[in-house]
Amino acid sequence: MSNAPSSTSSSDAPEIVQRGAFALTMRRLLRDPATLISFAFIVLLSLFAIFAPLTEIWTGHSAIEQYRETGMTPMGLPVGPNGSFLMGTDQLGRDVFVRLAYGARISLAVGVLASLAAATIGVTIGMCAGFFGGWVDTVLGRIMDLVMSVPFLLCALALVSVFGPSLSLSVSVIVFFSWTTIGRVIRAESASIAKREFIQASRSMGASNLSILIRDVLPNLAVPIIVYTTMMIPSSIVFEATLSFLGLGIVPPTPSWGGMLADAGANSIYLVAWWLVVFPGFALLFTTLAFNILGDGLRDALDPKGRKIVRRRKSRKNRTTTRKETAQ
Amino acid sequence: MIAFLTRRLSFGVLVLFTLSAFVFLLFYVAPGDPARMIAGEKATAQQLAQIRENLGLDRPILVQYASFLGDALRGDLGFSYRNQQPVVDLIVRRIPVTVSLVLGGVVVWLAIGIPIGIMSARFAGGLRDRLGQVFILIGLSFPTFVLGMLALYTLYFLPRKNGFVLFPPGGYAPLLDDPLKWAWHLTLPWLTLALVTAAIYARLTRGQLLSVLGEDYIRTARAKGLSERCVVYKHGMRATLTALVTQLGADIAVMLGGVIVIEQVYGLQGVGSMAVQAVRNQDRPIIIGVVLLGGLFIVISNILVDLLYAALDPRTR
Repeated sequence: MSNAPSSTSSSDAPEIVQRGAFALTMRRLLRDPATLISFAFIVLLSLFAIFAPLTEIWTGHSAIEQYRETGMTPMGLPVGPNGSFLMGTDQLGRDVFVRLAYGARISLAVGVLASLAAATIGVTIGMCAGFFGGWVDTVLGRIMDLVMSVPFLLCALALVSVFGPSLSLSVSVIVFFSWTTIGRVIRAESASIAKREFIQASRSMGASNLSILIRDVLPNLAVPIIVYTTMMIPSSIVFEATLSFLGLGIVPPTPSWGGMLADAGANSIYLVAWWLVVFPGFALLFTTLAFNILGDGLRDALDPKGRKIVRRRKSRKNRTTTRKETAQ
Repeated sequence: MIAFLTRRLSFGVLVLFTLSAFVFLLFYVAPGDPARMIAGEKATAQQLAQIRENLGLDRPILVQYASFLGDALRGDLGFSYRNQQPVVDLIVRRIPVTVSLVLGGVVVWLAIGIPIGIMSARFAGGLRDRLGQVFILIGLSFPTFVLGMLALYTLYFLPRKNGFVLFPPGGYAPLLDDPLKWAWHLTLPWLTLALVTAAIYARLTRGQLLSVLGEDYIRTARAKGLSERCVVYKHGMRATLTALVTQLGADIAVMLGGVIVIEQVYGLQGVGSMAVQAVRNQDRPIIIGVVLLGGLFIVISNILVDLLYAALDPRTR
């Protein structure tokens, strides 16, 4: 794909516009409907989470109150979606729709905060390891190996059993076990950047290590940082939901998607009340899916080199133009 | 090669050592009195002191840790606070369930993931690649427990409501008693585990194969006039295998340590569900035991992966 309209070389060609990196990236993003839809979904979800109190006002139901008269059948079972309870009620007669809105807050907050914190740690450590090399690299690399060869879910269990479940502990556990992914990528990238000429040029002009790291290396890592941080959000969201699902994350009655699914799974109540799994389950699925697609789309848009696939077609019809527009 | 192995082995020992220190310290600094957990609320101060002495809790922490390490090396991880049974016995009793789940899952996820990855790479850019990519994205995004619950709902509950039994609601049947029943009970857990994990393998296979297929020796192979099948499967996949083996080693190890979520959804009494129960009961020796077991699996599989590497890739020898 050529980015400038260079094929129109005739005299009536419009003025050639020079486009900056940002404009080119935006052009590529705008041509990618899947990414745009995902982005729109994430924006809507964020609005849903931010304005969660409005759902309380609108439905007249609180997120943690139990509506034993209206929200349960005479048999004591949850009621399905109806005019009053848009997504039905759970086993205690609470409004699933309102809880879903408040759960979105937890999921998004944990996902984004944990990813940002993990990215900060991973980038700092990865940059130092890759840039300085030598024994710094050996020590930091070994620490990363060590963290990666720890059974993280089991360690999370051990930590929770000692300190008791809480939001801050969930976030810390997620951060501690996920910074290595981005750390490794950044380490490799910085190691290759450290060998480039412009680093030597900076040094010859008397720049300190810190200045080189921040002003020369860091800006060149923008693409992997953006892409990998985005990709970390869905895994953090699933991690938090898993902890809550196991009863080790968010403390009830605060609504969280994982906790709602755990409630649905307790006594297999969801077998007679499908809405208890379908709404929080698909909310979780679509959220992770949207962030994953957005991450893929950002990578393709920011780093168009990465997606060209060099391949030959032999057995098929000989095409003169190979399509290089394939994703990934 | 021997130097390399020694290095890997010593790193494995370091991992286990760090892990044991971590759990030990964690529980040492933790609030709560183990003696009280064993004896219950009504115990007298004398009884508590007696229990502490029996467990050696009155000794300095370093002495305690050393004796804990020594016992652990001899295969003694202490006794459950809950029912006073040896932790090792309790774990060993749960292992068959977890191993059945993971090994069966491995077969299924490789059988799904690798062919999809190959298909995607061979027809890169085409419709089949798009389908493969959609599978990968959905698989990577699907939280395990959501998939498990949906599978139970559609494949167990809905058929049962309509009068026939397609799959059991969960639980485990020992392999040696009745292999068919064993497989029938584990089919849904296997599929759940496999569908989520296969996506990782499909993506890995696709990525690796695509980069390998662009290399010169593949062009040479094609120039020799080898069939496409031979080029892809014999020459291309050979180079892809090392990446797959690495991933597989890591995954099996992590999962043996606890396919916690799947065991929880399907009511399988494996190592993972034991850990969750131990957390609820504050049964610390069991938690320590399971964490160390998980670490041991990871260390062993890392070393196995290194050995396999040497067998697969002559350059590392």
